[in-house]
Amino acid sequence: MHDHDHDDHDDDDHGHGHAHPHAPPQKDHDAGPAGAYEVLEEAIRSLLIEKGVLTGQEIAAQVDLMDSRSPALGAKVVARAWADPAFKRRLLEDARAALAELGIDIGTLAEFRTVENTAKVHNVIVCTLCSCYPKMLLGVPPAWYKSLAYRSRTVVDPRGVLAEFGVELPKGVEVRVHDSTADLRYIVLPMRPKGTRDWSEEQLAALVTRDSMIGTALPAAPGKRTPSRKKAAA
Amino acid sequence: MVSKRPHTRKPAALSGAFAPGDPVRVAKRPVLGHCRTPWYLRGKPGVVAAVYGRFRNPEQLAYHKPGLPALVLYKVRFAQGDLWGRYAGPAGDHLEADIYEHWLEPIT
Repeated sequence: MHDHDHDDHDDDDHGHGHAHPHAPPQKDHDAGPAGAYEVLEEAIRSLLIEKGVLTGQEIAAQVDLMDSRSPALGAKVVARAWADPAFKRRLLEDARAALAELGIDIGTLAEFRTVENTAKVHNVIVCTLCSCYPKMLLGVPPAWYKSLAYRSRTVVDPRGVLAEFGVELPKGVEVRVHDSTADLRYIVLPMRPKGTRDWSEEQLAALVTRDSMIGTALPAAPGKRTPSRKKAAA
Repeated sequence: MVSKRPHTRKPAALSGAFAPGDPVRVAKRPVLGHCRTPWYLRGKPGVVAAVYGRFRNPEQLAYHKPGLPALVLYKVRFAQGDLWGRYAGPAGDHLEADIYEHWLEPIT
């Protein structure tokens, strides 16, 4: 089965514990010559700095800002919405204002909408034109979200794609695909899992996965990530 | 790196030619250059689900033009059965996309 032919592998058979070979040395990602897009990016970046349009510090600050965003931020928002019905209403009506309450500034680049999963509707987010994604709440998108396969198949066969993610929905549940074609970014508000009645927001947030906010997964079941340890901490 | 895409959110500017519930059809026309109306929706019938307000025209913004006048942006709902010849899922499944007003035609 493992029929690799790496040069580094021929000193060992794979059957014996610690005598495993070292992994083949990985090349540094920048070991090869720069590709066309890297050269282009560097040229544009230096021009923008030279001409005083941007400073290096501003670029670094933007990179830091994006790095500070992760699905944990979205999970916090979802948990608050589960715990506080009034917040949920505000989130669905005016996401920007509701997020500001939590100290989350989503910036001026796009508007935000939260779409709510119910017993009758399951939402899933895609961008067929490029890879628009609610970065300000979820951070950098996973590679599959940007893949041609996800972007093209989710609109034409959403149930097939969801099944591959392990989500099988009854026929009576409407699957609603949101193609983020313009100035809005979408995030899914998943359904609160059963058996979490008196959970704290921190415990609830631990059930909210990135994919459940894209719509390609359901939140983790409470039994799978036992809350006992977190309960003690809360 | 990050282009600024300011937009207006004045309530007075919100209303456009269509209102929620209006049946509309996405124009079926070719376009050269940047466009945010996906091919698979062109010529397809849908229903206005929401009016989002005015946003600068991305077909101009992409070429460093001001994108004015800003266009009303709509959320349009499509029945999956209307989009694809052989949609495999149940008839209740839908797709929603955000379409600028100049791409929508009334269905009468």
